[in-house]
Amino acid sequence: MVMSQTSLITNFLRHDRGGQILLAGLLLIGIAIPLANLVLPESSPWHVSTYTVTLLGKYLCYAIAAIALDLVWGYCGILSLGQGAFFALGGYVMGMYLMRQIGDRGVYGNPVLPDFMVFLNYKELPWFWFGFDHFGFMLLMVLVVPGLLALVFGWFAFRSRVTGVYLSIITQALTFALMLAFFLNAMGFGGNNGLTGFKDIAGFNLQSDGVRVSLFLASVLMLGLSYVLGRYIVTAKFGRVITAIRDTEARARFVGYKVEYYKLWLFVVAAIMTGIAGALYVPQVGIINPSEFQPLNSIELAIWVAVGGRGTLYGAVAGALVVNYAKTFFTGFLPEAWLYVLGGVFIFVTLLLPKGLVGVFQSRRGLKPRIVSP
Amino acid sequence: MTMTRYQRIQGLFVLVVGLGGASLSHAIDTVTPNPAAIFAQALAGLKSDDFDQKEIAIRQLAASGDPRSAEVIKALQDARLYYSTTTGEMVYLDDSGTSVKASKVLSGETIAVVDISAYDKVGVNNQLRAVIKELAAVLNLHSPDRTLRLAAVSELVGEVSPEKLTLFRELATKETDPAILEMLNVAVAIAELDNKDNALWLKALATLGDSLRPEAYNKIKSVLRELSGATDAESLRVRDVAQAALRRIDGQREKYQFIKTTFFGLSLGSILLLVAIGLAITFGVMGVINMAHGELMMLGAYTTYLVQTLLPSWLEYSILIAIPLAFIVSGLVGIAIERSVIRFLYGRPLETLLATFGISLVLQQIPRTFISAQNVTVKNPSWLSGSWEINPALSFTYNSVFIFIFSMGLFLALLLILKKTNLGLQVRAVAQNRAMAKAMGVRTEWVDAMTFGLGSGIAGIAGVALSQITNVGPNLGQGYIIDSFMVVVFGGVGNIWGTLVGSLAMGVVNKYLEPWTGAVLAKILVLIFIILFIQKRPRGLFPQKGRAAEM
Repeated sequence: MVMSQTSLITNFLRHDRGGQILLAGLLLIGIAIPLANLVLPESSPWHVSTYTVTLLGKYLCYAIAAIALDLVWGYCGILSLGQGAFFALGGYVMGMYLMRQIGDRGVYGNPVLPDFMVFLNYKELPWFWFGFDHFGFMLLMVLVVPGLLALVFGWFAFRSRVTGVYLSIITQALTFALMLAFFLNAMGFGGNNGLTGFKDIAGFNLQSDGVRVSLFLASVLMLGLSYVLGRYIVTAKFGRVITAIRDTEARARFVGYKVEYYKLWLFVVAAIMTGIAGALYVPQVGIINPSEFQPLNSIELAIWVAVGGRGTLYGAVAGALVVNYAKTFFTGFLPEAWLYVLGGVFIFVTLLLPKGLVGVFQSRRGLKPRIVSP
Repeated sequence: MTMTRYQRIQGLFVLVVGLGGASLSHAIDTVTPNPAAIFAQALAGLKSDDFDQKEIAIRQLAASGDPRSAEVIKALQDARLYYSTTTGEMVYLDDSGTSVKASKVLSGETIAVVDISAYDKVGVNNQLRAVIKELAAVLNLHSPDRTLRLAAVSELVGEVSPEKLTLFRELATKETDPAILEMLNVAVAIAELDNKDNALWLKALATLGDSLRPEAYNKIKSVLRELSGATDAESLRVRDVAQAALRRIDGQREKYQFIKTTFFGLSLGSILLLVAIGLAITFGVMGVINMAHGELMMLGAYTTYLVQTLLPSWLEYSILIAIPLAFIVSGLVGIAIERSVIRFLYGRPLETLLATFGISLVLQQIPRTFISAQNVTVKNPSWLSGSWEINPALSFTYNSVFIFIFSMGLFLALLLILKKTNLGLQVRAVAQNRAMAKAMGVRTEWVDAMTFGLGSGIAGIAGVALSQITNVGPNLGQGYIIDSFMVVVFGGVGNIWGTLVGSLAMGVVNKYLEPWTGAVLAKILVLIFIILFIQKRPRGLFPQKGRAAEM
């Protein structure tokens, strides 16, 4: 039994050079970075500061979200511009838990109500905040909330065969509507300011190096798992069907596949994956507010995938890391130029690099790229 | 000797104003038949340091009946009444920016002022300011200028003391302007309700019940409060009448509120139409997902700003100048975008979406780099400021009326271009069947560029109009992009009538929802409604039929 499972994993990774490199790389930074941060003294040239660890952790969360988008867009042709909504919802779930963890250490010292609720004259906790003081419940909700939204939304959208650009536009409208809603104080999620001022996670101080490194490790682990899961999905029969749907939806339907269910499940899995990324992201950056819902974030997510190369999964990871590193670099040194660069990358990649960075390397190595433009 | 009407009113008015200041006994004592003498004496009294003395002087001035008193009081209000510290002469100081002129109040003689410190201002305090305001209004009641009279009556409605009642009744019999007459009647009715005469009360209440002025409404309410404990038959009858009057006003107000909400809805709808109409061509007709549409509008708004900056003295015409310029600027940028990027991406909508989004980021950064990252101020020409007041419960700002007319005009122009011109014919031909159009000799590439340029240029014109109602900044376009796509998708892609109906419907529904839900939630509900609507009818309100639907 164990044997067959191992062979299964080796099977679907055997012909996946990019995936092997990715997983090896994750293993390497998963060992090296914590050591370089915790063991090496600060004076050592190899010491990695906690700031860098957190920054890397952030990138890895983006990479998880990019894998999820690549699953639906690269393999199934669904360009969802609402992925940012699932990311933010996962983040809000985590944020709610972290708010409850503050307890009576807030400015107003209320043991139950978070500060912003005291400030807004709440008398008791709204019903949807119950249970969020439990770590396990929170973990469950990280999966349930984005998953449920994707299920309901996807159910309507795919059944009525909303496809292509229309789907992109309504997913964008979805995240826009959610952004407006979360800006409202009356929603009970802190309105404009969102949730912040976190102190502990599962009883440990969020600011400590140990917790930072643990969150980083969790991100590394989740990225690895997401990749393996994604790779498993796309190499299994399920994956063959969704690729068929991407290439010719009508034909797949005529052959007898329930196209909408395939799309729906893939969409839900991707949403949950994105929600997890959001949940890991929030304790590392220390804040979640409604601007995470803004449509720009979801579109940027699409550009990471496009830059890396659609339909490869590891390309999405590469794209997320490269673009975000560039963003950090430019906003630090040439903030004026960043939007020119990002805009230029959008245009350049779509016009001249339809297969992304991965496509460049593949064609140099003489390999036939696997993606077909939808 | 027969007195002219003016003299009669003036005499009456002297009496009334005198009575108004009855508590100040010596103000009465000094009433003599010589207005000019009183005027001069009162004018001198204004130099007093004691504000009580000043008040007496001002009342005397107003009561003097001298025709110059109105100007003095106006000058006091505008803080341009001065007196010379050497001769004590009262003057109006006029600072034209380059030179200061003083015109003597008594003689009317004008002299140039060399040393402004030789003059002291006639200072006023808040209490005095209130007195002056009321006196100015009373003086203006007789003004032959309709606007001044209207403002004066409007100022005094609800503050008519029993002493002034006779004056107002007298004015009401003379007034010919219906709006002022109505206001005078209301003012009289409110004053009459202070008497304890039930017969008068019933008549007054009937008058007030027809008025939409808030003073009338409040007065009826206060009468009802007064009568709340009454039990005698007469008071009860009055109370019933008052309640009926209140209901009548409420009914009227509700009606006008409904009209107002509908208009606000249409106004919002016309903004949505404005932001979507260019997209109705680029997305609707050509099928190009142009995420830079909002930025093309932003360019139009910045064009207005540049026109106003470069031609500051032409502010009144800035919009008219900016409209063709914005069309050209945005149109050329649009053609450049089409030629350099979009034409390589036809048939690949998702890539077009990403590439045009990239263009939108670059365009947003341009004003940040070359003008400012902050919002810029675009002024409204005077013919767009203010509002069109139909009655006290119903008024529309000229701005929103303008936007409504403007967007309808733009829509009509676009319709004409598409249906009546050669370009329009070719645009439709290419949209319906590109290969066939090409075979018939249509230069499809040229048509693509022109169509995209047309849609972009119209977005630029929309930006000019938007600059009048919203903040002009690099992010102007972003705020509208989702709305504009929703409108086009809701109305039905490829159908510009659908865009018209869709945008107006969205606007009106939004405004009807607002009283119950608040602005933000109303917007969210409309978005959710459209998301659900698209599930039900993916091709919008008015789907294209036939071969074009396969595109």
